[in-house]
Amino acid sequence: MIEIRFHGRGGQGAVTAASLLAKAAGLDGKYAQAFPAFGVERRGAPVRAFCRISERKITLRSQIYSPDFIVVLDDTLLGLPEITEGLKKDSVAVINTKSRPQLKQKTFCYDATSLALEMLGKDIVNTAMLGVFAKASGLVSISSIEKAIEENFPPRLAEVNAKLVRTAYERTE
Amino acid sequence: MTVPKTVLEGSEAVAEAVRQCKPGVIAAYPITPQTHVVETLARMIADGELDAEMIRVESEQSAMAACIGSQATGVRSYTATASQGLALMHEILFIASGMRLPIVMTVANRSLSAPLNIWNDQQDSIASRDSGWIQLYVEDAQEAYDTHIQAFRIAEEIHNPVMVCMDGFVVSHTYENVLIEEDSKVSEFLPEYKPLFSLNPKKPVTMGALGTPEYFVRFRKQQQDTLKKALETISKANEEFAKAFSRKYGNGLIETIGMEGAKHAIITMGSVTGTIREVAEEAGVGIIRVRSFRPFPAEEIRKACEGLESVGVIEKDISIGASGALYDEARSALYSLKNRPKVSGFIAGIGGRDITPSHILEIAKKIKEGEERTEWVM
Amino acid sequence: MEKLNEGAVVAEPGSSSRKKTGSWRTFRPVVTDKCVACGICVLHCPEPCIELKPSKDSKASSGKIAVIDYDYCKGCLICMNVCPHDAIRKEMER
Repeated sequence: MIEIRFHGRGGQGAVTAASLLAKAAGLDGKYAQAFPAFGVERRGAPVRAFCRISERKITLRSQIYSPDFIVVLDDTLLGLPEITEGLKKDSVAVINTKSRPQLKQKTFCYDATSLALEMLGKDIVNTAMLGVFAKASGLVSISSIEKAIEENFPPRLAEVNAKLVRTAYERTE
Repeated sequence: MTVPKTVLEGSEAVAEAVRQCKPGVIAAYPITPQTHVVETLARMIADGELDAEMIRVESEQSAMAACIGSQATGVRSYTATASQGLALMHEILFIASGMRLPIVMTVANRSLSAPLNIWNDQQDSIASRDSGWIQLYVEDAQEAYDTHIQAFRIAEEIHNPVMVCMDGFVVSHTYENVLIEEDSKVSEFLPEYKPLFSLNPKKPVTMGALGTPEYFVRFRKQQQDTLKKALETISKANEEFAKAFSRKYGNGLIETIGMEGAKHAIITMGSVTGTIREVAEEAGVGIIRVRSFRPFPAEEIRKACEGLESVGVIEKDISIGASGALYDEARSALYSLKNRPKVSGFIAGIGGRDITPSHILEIAKKIKEGEERTEWVM
Repeated sequence: MEKLNEGAVVAEPGSSSRKKTGSWRTFRPVVTDKCVACGICVLHCPEPCIELKPSKDSKASSGKIAVIDYDYCKGCLICMNVCPHDAIRKEMER
C-alpha cells in the first residue's frame, strides 16, 4: 500500500487533488482511498489531504503519519514542521516551486504556479501537480487522471485541466 | 472479487442507494457531515434522475415530522441528519417508531456539543438508542451503500423505522472504491412499498390517537416484540442481499473476523473496524463487529465470545457517568455465560480523535492482561 | 383481549359518531324564539353539534333557526354564553 499526503492551502484544491488521484487509481483497476484532514475549511489556511493506493482492499482508516509521498502545492508551507513529519528515508517529495528546496528525501520540483497561470489564468495548481506526481511516482496512468478530470469537472474546465495535467506530466523530469 | 473501478465519496454512494430505492419524499435540513448526501439527492432530483419531492424544512424536528406525514400517506420517505440535528429530532423519533412508520434515515455520526465539535464519534446515534428505531452501523462506503438498500426492505417488512449509522467524515467524506449495482437489480431486491395502513380520504383511519395506560403499555410491548423479531429480519435481509449481489456482512447482526482459535477479541462498531483489521493478527485478537446495535444481538455476541479469555470493547461514545453503551450491553450479554471472559472497555475516537494501528496494538495488550477496566484513549 | 393494530392505528372510521356524548350533560341549552339564526353559536360549538335548519318558528329572513343535536351536545353552554341575542337558556338535565 502506498500512502500519499497532500499539503496545500485552503482553496488550492488539495482535497480535490487527493480524490482525483483516488478516482484515477480506481480507473487503473486499483483500490484507493482519499480523505481530507477533516476540519473547518478556511481559505489560505494550511490543509492536508490523504490518499492511499493499493492492490488489496484498503481498510486502514487513520490519517497518514508516515507517507511514501508528499505533494506540496504551495512552497511557502515548506517551513512548517508538519510537512516533513514522518517522512521515511525513501519517501519522495513532489513540490510546486520555482526554487530548489533541500530535503533529505528524493525531491521532484516543478513550477506548477506559472503553468497554471499560463493555461488557466488562475493559480490553482492541484491538477498540474497531479501530472507532476504521476510522472514522479509512476503510480497512476496519466490517461486515468485525464479521465478522472473529464468525469468530474464541468466540460470547459475539464478540457483545459486535462491539457494542463498532460503538459505538467510531459515537462516533469 | 474484481476491483470496483468507481471511486466515490461515502455520501455519494449513500445517495446512489437512496436514488435506486426511489423514495417519494425526502425532507431534510443541512448539518455537517450529512450534507453531501442530501445535496447529491437534491441534484439528482433537479437533474430528473429521481422523481421525489424534496421538502426543505426549517429544522430537523420538522424534517422527521414531514417524513412521518408523508410516510403515513403511504409514500416511501427518507431523511438524513447528524449530531445536533439528531438531538433536535429526538422527540419525533419516538413518534415515528411508535406509529410504526418505516422511514429510513442516514446518520452521519458526529459528536454532540459542547464544546462545539463537528468531527466523528457515535455519541449522537447512541443517545437515540432507546427511540425504538433499528440502528445499523456500517464499516465502509460499500457497506453504507448496501445497507441502505437493505434498510428500506427491513423497515417495510416489519413496519419499523431504520437508522443507518455511518461514521461522519471517516466514511461520509472518504472516497473509496464502491460497486454501484444496476437500478433494476435494486428494484428487484426491494419490492414496491405496500403500507399496512395509510391516510386516504376514501378509507379513513386514525393515526396518532391517544393511548390510555392500559393500551399504551401494550403498544410499547408490541414495539419491543417487533425489534426482537427484527433480529431475524435483519439476518434474512443480509442473506437475501448476498444471494442477489454476492456481498454479505457476517450474519447481518454481527461480523466476526479472525475468531477461529482466538483467545482474545475486540468488540466494536463502525469504521474503526477497518483499522483494527490491519493489525488484529499481529495483536493476537479476533474482531467481533456489531452491525445491529438495535436490536441488540446478545445471543450472537454470547456465542462469539464463548471460550474466550478476555474481550475489550472499543467504542466512540460514553454514557457520561456510567460507561460506554456498547461495553455495558456486551458485558451484560456475557453475564449468563458460565465461563465468561474478562471484559474491558476503551473509549476512543471521541470528537474525531484519530485511532491509529498503534492505539489498537496498545489496547490489545491491555485486553490480554485480562484485568477488567475502562480506559480512555486520549 | 382484542387485537391491536400496529402503530395504534384506528382502522375503523366513525368511532366519534358511534360514541354519543349527550349523557354527559348536567345542563341542557335550549334555543328560544329569540333566535335570529346568526350562526355565532354554530361557529363556537366545540362539538360541531349545532346546525341552522329551516323552521316555521324562524324569525330570520333565511327562515332558519339554530338546532342542537342532543345526541352529542355535552352541555358546555358556550353557545349560551356567546349568543348576542340571549336566545339560548339552560335547563337542568333530568
